[in-house]
Amino acid sequence: MPRRVAVIGAALSDTGRVDEKSPFALHAQATRAAVADAGLTRADVDGFASNGTGALNPIEVAEYIGLKPTWVDSTGVGGGTWEIMAAHAADAIALGHADVVVLSYGSTTRADLKNKRRLANLNFGARGPVGYEVPYGHTIIGKYAMAARRHMHTYGTTLEQLAEVAVSTRYNAGFNPDAYYRDPITVDEVLDSRMIADPFTKLHCCIRSDGGCAVVLAAEDRIPDSVTDPVWVLGHGQHVSHTTMTEWEDFTAGPASVAGPIAFEGAGVSPEEVDLACVYDAFTYMAMVTIEDLGFIKKGEGGPFFASGATRLGGELPVNPDGGGLSACHPGMRGLFLIVEATKQLRGDYAAAGAPERQVADARLAAVSGTGGWFCSNGTLILGR
Amino acid sequence: MVENENEPFFAAIEDGRLLIGRCGACGEHHYYPRPHCPKCWSDDVEWVDAGGGATLYTWSVIHTNDLPPWGGRVPYIAGVVELDEGPRMMTHIVGAEGDDLRIGMPLELEFVDLDDELTIAAFHPA
Repeated sequence: MPRRVAVIGAALSDTGRVDEKSPFALHAQATRAAVADAGLTRADVDGFASNGTGALNPIEVAEYIGLKPTWVDSTGVGGGTWEIMAAHAADAIALGHADVVVLSYGSTTRADLKNKRRLANLNFGARGPVGYEVPYGHTIIGKYAMAARRHMHTYGTTLEQLAEVAVSTRYNAGFNPDAYYRDPITVDEVLDSRMIADPFTKLHCCIRSDGGCAVVLAAEDRIPDSVTDPVWVLGHGQHVSHTTMTEWEDFTAGPASVAGPIAFEGAGVSPEEVDLACVYDAFTYMAMVTIEDLGFIKKGEGGPFFASGATRLGGELPVNPDGGGLSACHPGMRGLFLIVEATKQLRGDYAAAGAPERQVADARLAAVSGTGGWFCSNGTLILGR
Repeated sequence: MVENENEPFFAAIEDGRLLIGRCGACGEHHYYPRPHCPKCWSDDVEWVDAGGGATLYTWSVIHTNDLPPWGGRVPYIAGVVELDEGPRMMTHIVGAEGDDLRIGMPLELEFVDLDDELTIAAFHPA
């Protein structure tokens, strides 16, 4: 009989502006905090998964933290990697291959840019398939902008409606003291910000911050008595689609349109039952199309839905209640932050900490959907208590 | 990067030809060209010249790119086109401003020397 699996620990490292710590130190800080949050110790952890540092990841991260796991995963499918790692971990724990698994992440993207340790645009190399696209200098933002243009063409989605995604997300960030940007913005401010890749201006794009986080997944029989609010992994789905844009069939449907229904079916729940969604929002269009892809609304309804205010805290379906990658925290790969926020919301952490305005009231079910690359991959989790 | 497998493709561009894959088994074209057919897995594939006609699937005028050599070239138009043979292709749209473009408009193939080293297969409005 497979064991049930829950997220029982979730923690952020320092986030925002981190000039003093290395990415490894952020991994360690977040991991130790998440394990403590779970009421466990280092000796309880037998599985570890991460990605995003150099070669031999996650071995070097485990070594730095001080772990020697007997179950490991280093799936690398972009920013949504951690949703798929969580699925792998849940399956491994369910079948008894591991008991307690830590997923961790840490990055100093903002500090690296500031200190000229990297360029703003990532170089994905030019060997293999991507070599056919590199000569055209498309940029990641350009790829998302091209996809958004198809949605505008097909469904009549407007730039103002896309800007509403940024406005809604910033509204939510206003309640999060850890958010990088908290001051409200208007649709006009989004439209009038600096043009990056037409039609996307700067405020259609995620911020670049530093930060790390970690979560602990455990078997039902390994949950300490001190944990009274386990967040169960109810379902998961994954899909990889393309690396070259020319192999992406329909730019108005992302890989969540495949992974999402698998996750919902596995969980035995429908989108109407879900209380909040944490979805990867590297760009406004990405959040909009993912909410459509997951079946919360019909294709093409994303524009009016975000413009209606439904996705704000207090709305019908709060989306990225922490302020997302667009306003709160985006250190390069955001996937694991989605799981941390959904876990805290489902546990009622914010209400308990005296911040009810940040709390999705009586949240029982969350959809967590991490998309990687340029709609290349998606892992979707259904979490619930 | 030019390597063994794609050398004929990039050599053809230098000669003013755009190669795409055509499968003898299922009859489908594919891009980028591969030694096998990605649709039916047949090895009966030949690389043939694209006819040069296409329609515009989508585009973005790139205003910011700090990866060399692109910083000195902005703004430029990155686009995805649908070749008359069926497959789509990432390319540049030249001979037009962003405001001139509309999805579905007909395009024609044109070869553009980006610098002394690199020629690309681009498209301009027909």
